[in-house]
Amino acid sequence: MAKKPVNFTLNGQDRAAFADDGQNLLEFLRRAVGDLSPKYGCGQGACGACTVLIDGETQLSCLVLAETVDGKAVRTASGLAAGALDPLQTAFMEHFSAQCGYCTPGMLISARALLDHNPRPTRDEVIEAISGNLCRCTGYEPIISAILAVAEGRVRA
Amino acid sequence: MTTTVQTVATLTEAARAMAQGATFLGGGTIIMRDINAGVAAAQIVRTTDPALNDIRISSDKVTIGAGVTMSQIIAHPELAFLHKVARLIGGPQVRNMGTVGGNLFAPHPYGDFAVALLALGAQAVMAGQNGSRPLDDLLRDRSRSPGLVAAIECPRPRAGTFGFFKFSRIKPKGVSVLSVAALLPREGGRIRGARVAWGAMAAGPVRGASAERALEGQSLNADTIARAAQLAAEGLAPPTDAIATDWYRREVAGVYLKRLLEQMERG
Repeated sequence: MAKKPVNFTLNGQDRAAFADDGQNLLEFLRRAVGDLSPKYGCGQGACGACTVLIDGETQLSCLVLAETVDGKAVRTASGLAAGALDPLQTAFMEHFSAQCGYCTPGMLISARALLDHNPRPTRDEVIEAISGNLCRCTGYEPIISAILAVAEGRVRA
Repeated sequence: MTTTVQTVATLTEAARAMAQGATFLGGGTIIMRDINAGVAAAQIVRTTDPALNDIRISSDKVTIGAGVTMSQIIAHPELAFLHKVARLIGGPQVRNMGTVGGNLFAPHPYGDFAVALLALGAQAVMAGQNGSRPLDDLLRDRSRSPGLVAAIECPRPRAGTFGFFKFSRIKPKGVSVLSVAALLPREGGRIRGARVAWGAMAAGPVRGASAERALEGQSLNADTIARAAQLAAEGLAPPTDAIATDWYRREVAGVYLKRLLEQMERG
C-alpha cells in the first residue's frame, strides 16, 4: 500500500505526515498526526463527532480521504483555545453542555463555523447548524443555550 | 478489503478507469462509508479535473458539474429553484461534501436531489462518451455502473411550475419517509408535460406515472389535485425499512402529493 505525503496546516501550524491508501482524515489526524480531538462515532457520516473545519467549512473527517487535505487548512477543537479558551468552550462549561463529552468537539466546531459566518444567529439557525451533530446524553438544550449565550455576548471572555 | 485510490487529472481518464472496474470517489459521503466498512471496491478513482465543479447558466438551462456540492448550489443565486431541495439534503457537513453527481447514485432512502432533477427533466452529461442521457434512463441503470457523470443539464423551470416536498420524521435533519417533486408547465391554463417524481417510493427515484396521467391536460384545481392524490401510489412498490413500511408509504403518498400540489396551486 502506497503511502501518500500530506502537507497541510492544522490549527494554523504547518504539518506533514504520510497517509495510508484509502485512509480517512479522522484516522490520519488521530494516528499519524496525534490530534485526538475529533472523535470516531459512526464512520458513516451520521453522528458528526468527527467534524472538523477544512478551509473554513465543516466536514466529516471520517468521510474525507486524508490525502485530499494536502495544501488545505484544517481546524479541530484542539485548536480552538489560543492562549485562553474560546468563548464557546467557556459557555459549554457554564451551561453544563457536556455530560459524557464525546459529541463536544464536533459540536464546538459546528458552533464555531456558525458564529464565524453568522455572529448573531437565531435559535432556529443554531438548531440547524448543529443538526448534523448527534448528542445522546447531555441533551440539546444546554448546547443550544451555550451557543446563544456566546452569540448574545453573555459569556465573559 | 484493501482499497487503492488512484488520482487522475481528467474526467476522461477517470471514465477510463471506471470502464476497467474502478469505483468513482466524489464527495465521499457514499464511497468513504464503504471504505470505512471494508466493503468498497478494490480500485477507487478520483479526479482533480476542475470541470467537475463548473456551474454554467444560460437563459433556458443550467449545467451543474457533478462535483458541485449542495452548499455550492445553495450559495449560487441563479440556482434559486434548487435551493429548497439542496437545503433538505443531509446536515450542514453533508451539504458541504455531498455532490450533485453522487446524489444520483445514493442508495435508498437517500437521493432526494436526484428526485428533483428527475422531475425537472434533467440530463446527465457522461464523461468520455458522446452526448447526454435523460436521468429517467440513467437512474434505471444506476446499479449497473453506467459510467461517469460529468455534469447535469437541467432546464430552468418557469416561475411557479416546480415544487418539491420532503417528509422526514426528524427535523431539521432526517432521512426521507418519502420525497416528491412535480414540474407542471401550463399552456392556456392547462398542464402540459406534467412530470412527477418520487423518492423512497421504490429502490431509487422514480416517475409517478399515474399521478402524471391524472394531472396532464387538466387545470390545477381542487378536483385535479384530489384525483392525482388518490392515484399517487398506484403502480409503485415502496420498500419497507426502519423509517416506514411499504404500506405506510403508499398510504401517505397521496397526502403529501396533495400538500405539494396545493402549495403550487396557491403559487
